This record gives sequence, C-alpha cells and structure tokens, in this order.
Amino acid sequence: MADAAQNHIVGEHPDLLPPKTEVGVWGWMYHNLFSSPLNNFLTFFGLFLIWVTIPPMIDWLFIDADWVGETRDDCGREGACWIYIGVWFKQLMYGRYPDEDLWRINSMYIIGAIGLIWLVWPNLKYKGWIGVFMLFLFPVACYFMFSGGSFGLERIETPLWGGLFLTLVIAVVGIVASLPIGIVLALGRQSKNMPVIRAICVGFIELWRGVPLITVLFMASVMFPLFLPEGMNFDKLIRALVGVMLFSAAYMAEVVRGGLQAIPKGQYEAADSLGLSYWKSMALIVLPQALKIVIPGIVNTFIGLFKDTTLVLIIGLFDFLGMAQAVATNPDWLGFAVEGYVFVAFGFWVFCFGMSRYSQYLEEKLHTGHKR
Amino acid sequence: MAEQSIESSGQDLPAEGLVIGEEEVIKIVDMHKWYGQFHVLKNINLTVHKGERIVICGPSGSGKSTLIRCINRLEEHQRGQIMVEGTELTGDLKHIELIRREVGMVFQHFNLFPHLTVMENLALAPIWVKKMPRRDAEEVAMTYLKRVKIPEQAKKFPGQLSGGQQQRVAIARSLCMNPKIMLFDEPTSALDPEMIKEVLDVMIELAKTGMTMLVVTHEMGFAKTVANRVIFMDEGEIIEENEPEEFFNNAQHDRTKLFLSQILAH
Repeated sequence: MADAAQNHIVGEHPDLLPPKTEVGVWGWMYHNLFSSPLNNFLTFFGLFLIWVTIPPMIDWLFIDADWVGETRDDCGREGACWIYIGVWFKQLMYGRYPDEDLWRINSMYIIGAIGLIWLVWPNLKYKGWIGVFMLFLFPVACYFMFSGGSFGLERIETPLWGGLFLTLVIAVVGIVASLPIGIVLALGRQSKNMPVIRAICVGFIELWRGVPLITVLFMASVMFPLFLPEGMNFDKLIRALVGVMLFSAAYMAEVVRGGLQAIPKGQYEAADSLGLSYWKSMALIVLPQALKIVIPGIVNTFIGLFKDTTLVLIIGLFDFLGMAQAVATNPDWLGFAVEGYVFVAFGFWVFCFGMSRYSQYLEEKLHTGHKR
Repeated sequence: MAEQSIESSGQDLPAEGLVIGEEEVIKIVDMHKWYGQFHVLKNINLTVHKGERIVICGPSGSGKSTLIRCINRLEEHQRGQIMVEGTELTGDLKHIELIRREVGMVFQHFNLFPHLTVMENLALAPIWVKKMPRRDAEEVAMTYLKRVKIPEQAKKFPGQLSGGQQQRVAIARSLCMNPKIMLFDEPTSALDPEMIKEVLDVMIELAKTGMTMLVVTHEMGFAKTVANRVIFMDEGEIIEENEPEEFFNNAQHDRTKLFLSQILAH
C-alpha cells in the first residue's frame, strides 16, 4: 500500500524532516500556548494579569523610586524610598558591630567568597586543599576574627552581632554541621545489626523533628541555663547555634535516609563481594550515589534552614529580618517598613536562588547516564 | 601456574584439556539455611577442587543462587560448615573479609557502580582493599579490560555501555582482585539474546586459564561444553550431580528428567 509521496525503495527510506507543528518557535507556541480554546483563553488571561501587575510594580520599585538623598524629606511618596535602605545599610548588614571593626567581617567575607568560588568553579586545581582550609581553618579564623579577645583584637560581644552578618553565621554553621551529623544519623538508623545505636539515632531524629524550631531556640535560651551549675554559662548565640545545628541535622538525616533506601541492594552486595569494609563501601559506593539522588532534598533543607534563621528574633538576636523590623520602628523613619521588607526579601532570595541554581548545576554535572 | 594447560585451538575444546587439582578449595558439609520459617537449603554437601567448573541448574526457587551466595557470605547459613580455601565461614568479620578477597562474584544485573567510570570500577577494590598504588591498579585493570576485549571503553560510564559490555566489565572487575574462585549468579539471564555469546565467550576463556568456577545458569550449551560437573537442585536440595555427558544423556532422577525435558524441549 505505497502512498503517493512515499515511493522509496524498501530499505532505503531517507530520514524526512518533521512537520512544521513539531519544531521551532511556532511549534512550541502551538503546543504550549494555543493548542485548544481553553489554552487560548488561559494564554490571554495570563498576559492580562502580567499587564495589570508588572508595570505598576516596576514603577514603584524603580521609576518612581527615590534613590538619592539623606533624610526622609528627600522621599516623595509615589515610589519606594531606597534612601531609607541606604541610611540604615550598615545596621541591616552588620547589626551593632562597631564601625572601626567592620574590616574584620569584610576581610573574612572576601576570603570566604574566594574560597567558595574556587570550590564551585569547574576544573580548578588544589580543590582538596582549599576544601580542607574552608572546612577546618576558615571557621576557626572566623571565630577569632569575629569575636576577638586575642591577637590584639578587641573583644566584640555577640549581642552586638546582627543583620545579614548574623544570618550568615547561623545559616552557614547550621548548613555545614548538619550534613555530616545528618549522614551519621541516617547510617545509624539504617544499621540493622546494631540495635542500640539504631535506637539512639531514631530517638534523636524523632525528638528533634517532633518539636518546632521556636521551641528549640526558646529552650536553648531560657531553659537550658537553668540546668547548668552556678556560674557556668554559654553565650546565647552558641546555644542558638547548637539548637539550629541539631534541629537541621535531624531533618537532614531523614533526607539522606531517603537516598540510602533508593540504592539497589545489588550495589551493597557488589561492594561486599569485592571485600570492601562497611565504611569503605559507604564512603565510596553508597553515599556518593545516595547523596546525588537527594541533592534536591538536601538543598531544600538548606534553604529552609537559611530562612528559619529569622526565628532567632524570638530569643533577642537581631538577624537580617530582625534588624529590618528594628530600624522600621525608628521615630525618624516611621512608615518605610515595606521598603525594608522588600530589601530583606530580595536579600534572602538572592542566597536561596543561588543555592537552588548551584544544586541544579551539580545534578547535571553528576549525571552519568545511568538509572540503576 | 604449572597445573594449567591452556588450549589454544578455539572455544570448542573444553574440559578435557583442563587439569583439575587435588586441592579442595570449597568444602560444604551438611549446610542448612532458613529464611524465617522457610527451609531454603537442606543438607548441602559439596566439595569443589581447584580448577573445577561446576554448573548449577534447577527450577527457579530451588535455592541455587542462595547456595553460591552463601559461599561468599552474602547470605548467612544457620547450620553446617562452609570452608573456603581452608578458612571456615563464620560470623567472624576477619574470616569473611579473607574469603571475599579470594572469591569473585558476577551478578545477574551486573551491579556495576554507576557513578564511576569503567576504569574506576575496576581499580577501586585493588586500591582500597589491597592498598595497591593507583597506577599499578589501573595497569591491572587495563590488562583485564583487554582480556574481556573492551579496553576502549575504559573512560566511559557503565550507563553508556550495552548489557553484554557491562557484564564483561563486571567479570573484569572481579578478576582485578585476582580471586582463586569465581561465582557466577545467572550472568546471562538479564541480557538480550544477541549479547549472551560475548559474555559466555569471556567465561569460556576464563575457564581455560584454570579458574575454579561455580556457575548458576540456564545455558545448557555452556554446561555441556565447559562444565566438568553439573549439579541439579530442586526445593533446596542437591538432587543429582554428574559429569555433563551422563547428566544430559542419562539422568537418574525423575525430577532431573522432567527439568531437562522442559528446558531442552525446543
């Protein structure tokens, strides 16, 4: 039954071009925007919504906004008053950290940024050493630089820490510590022939996952000192850090466990049959695969943790958001809270979006074309 | 390697040319295994001599895979004794590690490590278990990749290879540990028909080097040409064992006859 257009010899049929509706811009639009009457309607309705919301937003944010000036009188009231952010910028970034010591934070920011970019950038040398430096030396250096009290640096108490700086300290410590603790907890929970360790891990995870972070922070700041012997006291920030760390480790453990369960039994058996010990087979075979599978979940937990740091406001620490709220109550600058919140939201978004993009890049990079 | 006499005149020259040593490399005595209430392996007695090539067949669920998985302790037995290379398999991790170094295993589903390249798959165990320097390990790996005839795939990931190639990599991976015994758990059952031959060819080559092999398979052609002993299992018991010639032409037990008539029917 040869059709008129197809008079090719059997076995020598050439590859033909696909129909126009399948490829190119028109093909895409046809399939995604105008494939049915309902889709036509939704497309136009969507365009209408964009037209109603986006231009006024751009007007407020940029076109009508006031960018230069020093006092609130320089702000007209049609658009956003970014002068407000400029005036309070130092507080929003560093809290009440003394001006003359800001170089201590900034220099560590620069070192940290260089180290991070080095690690993230593809195909750079010495990543191992940089990684060791970033994981072990850098945090110690940060501690001495930020809090001072030695090497001739003036001591700066943690209640003076604040703003985005405090947010980053809490988030980075939580993120860096929660992954290894979470992995250990997950492996403990998976271990079938060590019932005591397993029970401890399950108990830990269920306890910390079962309470809200606010409770944890509140307990850490109010209840915990009551149990300590007379005269013994830990810094409030350290207590909060430990609370955040353990809390997010419990979540991380469950994410990692999901990955462990997705690894087929054959991988464990192959590792065993080659004579690899438990820790070697975990480190070389199981975890690299399991962690790769749960990158989205891990980053999800990181992002959640990053935003949850705002809860430290409840124990009197002024993080990025807390600082925005605090400056909004300044009598000279009443009425600009919205600008503060928009700025803070943008700040959080930049960091969270960055993490999200990097995780997508990483998934792509680690994909080796194998499903099993 | 004095006891090996390698035949070079093609694959159709099997068992006769191979010398089987006196040395007992595996000795299983009155071994039993249960899965909960289910008695999977019953009174298994089996002695394997150096250089023997044993094919284990039987209907599915007969316990043949479980049997060879007991030999490197992927499964635990509850009664009886398993001795491998003079070491008894017990709960002792030292013994288990020792035996796993001597026993290689090839799985039905290859179980290559998908996050590592072919070369990394092969070099991993020599580096981390035998503490071999990376360069030496990669050299060994390359030798075995050449033996399984895919040296050009070294830099690829397992996911980029065909099933037959993956299984050959898996065989090479086991060989890199220089094992004395190789276990094959249905190595061709997951392959497309046109790829079975390339894997069997590699196994035949391996047999010619004098490797002690225990093979669970349904490839009766392989059993006829390569095995020096065929074992038939059903419902957890060894029903019959014999030389291939006798086994296929003159089966003693009714269940063996039934099984053979079913798989050789067409």
